[in-house]
Parts: sequence; structure tokens; C-alpha cells
Amino acid sequence: MEQSMIDQLGDELYQAYQERRTIQPFTERDLDITLEDAYQIQQRFMAQRLAAGETVVGKKIGVTSRPVQDFLGVFQPDFGILTSAMEIKGDNVVDLNGLIQPKAEAELAFVLKEDLNGPGVTAMDVIRATDYVVPCFEIVDSRINDWKIKIQDTVADNASCGVYVLGDAKGDPKKLDLTLAGMVLRKNGELYSTSVGAAVQGSPVNAVAWLANTLGELGIPFKAGEVILSGSQSELVSVQDGDELECTVGGLGSCSVRFTGRSAV
Amino acid sequence: MRSTIDRDTLVRLCERVEGAQTRAYAIPKLTNEYSELAMADSYAIQMALLERFLEQGHKLIGWKAGLTSKAKMKQMGVEQPTIGFLTDRMARPENSVISTSDLVHPRVECEIAFVTKAPLSGPDCTAAEVMAATDYVMPAIEVIDSRFAGFKFDLESVVADNSSSARFVGGGRPRYANELELDTLGVVLEKNGEMVEMGAGAAVMEHPAEAVAMLVNILAELDRELPAGSFVMSGGITAAVAVQPGDYVTARFQELGSVSVKFGE
Repeated sequence: MEQSMIDQLGDELYQAYQERRTIQPFTERDLDITLEDAYQIQQRFMAQRLAAGETVVGKKIGVTSRPVQDFLGVFQPDFGILTSAMEIKGDNVVDLNGLIQPKAEAELAFVLKEDLNGPGVTAMDVIRATDYVVPCFEIVDSRINDWKIKIQDTVADNASCGVYVLGDAKGDPKKLDLTLAGMVLRKNGELYSTSVGAAVQGSPVNAVAWLANTLGELGIPFKAGEVILSGSQSELVSVQDGDELECTVGGLGSCSVRFTGRSAV
Repeated sequence: MRSTIDRDTLVRLCERVEGAQTRAYAIPKLTNEYSELAMADSYAIQMALLERFLEQGHKLIGWKAGLTSKAKMKQMGVEQPTIGFLTDRMARPENSVISTSDLVHPRVECEIAFVTKAPLSGPDCTAAEVMAATDYVMPAIEVIDSRFAGFKFDLESVVADNSSSARFVGGGRPRYANELELDTLGVVLEKNGEMVEMGAGAAVMEHPAEAVAMLVNILAELDRELPAGSFVMSGGITAAVAVQPGDYVTARFQELGSVSVKFGE
């Protein structure tokens, strides 16, 4: 794909993001878009956001578990960039007015204390380089019409990242069984679903190692202090004004989030 | 519960279930012939079956809860789970080969099993009382088997068929229940090395001890208590998975180790 087209599509996504509206999937246009093209479009999209003042604070891994893969009909993981504008701090309230067509995912976040330079990163390196893990919600959002995304669409759209909320329960990965740790997700106090870490690529640690290696091939390191969202362990949960979600991870603790306002769609 | 079924019918239906169980053949659901079969009648048939087995020298070692997930209860249109009895003849050792030639439709589930150290009685038994009366918990695989043809059954028939109890395997690591968070305890069910089901303890009535309390309260309706030293399986955390000869099943539990079993001809 021509660089000019990549820039044009990246700018189109940035405009949709700014105006909180959706656009036609790139894969439904006569573009013959490859996965590589899609990542280049993502770079352009995010370069615009960084130019506008956001800073990189981490990475996210997407499409890691069966429920999400089934929902999207996409059967490989992908990644996106986390920026300073995406972290919800303090009261853990997500203002839906700032989002388009959000859905919530419960997952585990890794906060690094050392750089990780792939390729060649193993699960052992991830555990060593992790400062702590914390239960979190990622509120995914799509700038693509009706979430009608193929892998190229979601990749170009920064892996459909919206905002994220970290819980308070920080855990040492050397004291936890991240593979078998259960996760209980409640919506408005009622049991919504249960899961385990193994839902994500056999273990969330594997997902983080995968991304370290994938980014390493592209010459992008994980930096100490970065937040890595390891991928949803739950189904995608629809949310609206007044909803409350809580996820609790066995041996670790909880993350809660409340939603107010109305999303664009 | 007061059954109004006449003695002759009770004996005939009990013998029909006993024949299907001991000689491993499928029978039509009992309600085809006795459409007015009520839950009290079904439990009367189950208790008659238990008496017959005890007369033949089987030893009652405990009970199991079935239909303990909200989804399953909703699906079957019931308010409370079912129970079934467990005898020494149903127990199989860990890592043994379970014969399938004497089963009809074998399926496996992962469960947390409770071993009690004090008697429990209902009505109004609570989860807190269950926890206090529990000696230890251990991981278990239950092999359920519906003896009804073509998977056509209703709740009344299932209860008369001892709530599909067939075999069970306890194993892994016994633990004191009060040292664990049983609701967020994660479980992975693997068949032939592949993860096929997963979940956490809360899938069973928000907390597995709630299912045991319910079981005790159903026993009270049958004028029974749960004596100290009972082995109680609290209900499937995962959906049931069909097995056939050659399958190797492992249930991996957070904090409780694993239980494995093979299936043969």
C-alpha cells in the first residue's frame, strides 16, 4: 500500500476518533489491505494522537481468548498502544460520553520494572521484569461501523483500544498462579461469568511474552514502567449509564468500574 | 417432601432405573409413562434405589449436588439444585482407567469436593455452617451418566436416576477450606491435553459452600442429615464434557493440584 494511502486512512481514523463517529471498515473497501499495512495505519493514527499531546504509557494485547475470537471471527492476537489519555484514574468512573460503542473486558495488567527487548523473550523473562500484576478493565471501543471488524480493521484502529482502569490490588507474579487464578466477573452485583488466566494464550504471561517478541521484531522495546494489558479473560460486556462491573482474581483482588453518560452509538 | 406414588409403581420405576444403571442401557424418560411424576416421587424412587444398593452391600459415602449453576437452573426452570447419593461402588482412584462399557452417555465435570467433620442438618443450613463443619476440600472429577435415551429427559426423570451420578474421582491436594477463596478458585478441564472448559468456583451458586448448604436442606426435606465424614461434591464448575474410550482427562485447580483419569472400553 502506498504511504499516501496509509497516511490518509490513519488520518481518517484519527478524525473519527476525535469526532466520536464510526467509519466504513477498510476491509469492505477495494483496498487489498494487508496486516502490515494495518499496523502502519495504526502508527499513523497514533502518531496523530501523540502529536496532539498524548504520551505512550504501555501496550495492549487483543483478541487473545476464545470468547473474543469467536465474537470477532478473528483467530490471532493483535496489539495496540496505550496512551496517557486512556488511563482512567482516581474514582474509576468511565464517562461514556467520550466513547463511541464501548464494551468492557476483564483482564490482568502487567506493570514492568525492567525493559524487555524481544525477540527471544520467554515467560521467565516476563515474570522477572514484572513489577506487579493488577486486575483491570479495558473498555474497548471501535471507530469502525458496528464493530464489523476483520483483523486488519481492528489493528489499524489501535486494536480497538478505548480506555482502561487498573484496580488497586497489586500482586507479585512470583507469588501467584497466573495460569489457574480464577476470575469472577460481576455486573451490577450479579454473577456475569467466571474464567481463568489460562483463557489467554494458555497464560497471561505467554501473551505478554508473545507481544514482547512481536514488537521486538519491529524494533520496539517494552520500557520499564509501562503497563501491558494481557488480553480479555471474559466475554465482551455491553455497558451503559449506571452500570457497575467488578472483576476479582483469585489470590490477587478486585477492580471495579462504574459507567456514566451515553456513548455516541 | 411427600410422595403420593403407589408402592407398586415406585418399585417398578426403581427397578427400571436400577436395571439401566447396572446393565448400562438407555431407557425412555420416566415421565413418558408417568406424566404426573412429581419431584417428591422422583426422590422417593432415588431413596428406594439407595436402599436397594445398601441391601446389596454398597456403602453410602456421601452426596452430590447437580444443576448448581444459575444458567443450568434457568435452563431447566428450577429454583434449586438437585442431589444424588454417592456410594463406594462409584469411586475410582486417581489416574485409573474408567471403563465406559458399563456407562451409557458418560460426561465429565470439574468440582470442588467437601469432606465433613461434623454433622449438618437443615432446614436453614447456611454456607457458613458448611464451612465450619468442613474438614477439608479436595478437587474432584465427576463422571455423570444419563441413562435416558437420546438425551431426552426432564428434571423428574433425572432425579429418579440419582441425578445422573455414575463415577467420581477425588484427588489432588486436600486443603483446609478456610485457607482458600473458593469463589475465585480457578479450574481448567483438559481433554487429551487440550483445554476444553474453564471457570471459577463462583459458577456454583456464587460459592460452592452455598451448594452444599442447599444439598443439606434438600436432605432435610427427605428427613435425612449429612453425617460427619461425608464426601460431598458441590456441583460442576464447568460444563459437562463427553468422553469416550482413549480419552485422558485432567482437571487442574488453583491451589488444589490436579486430578486425572483415563477412559477405556
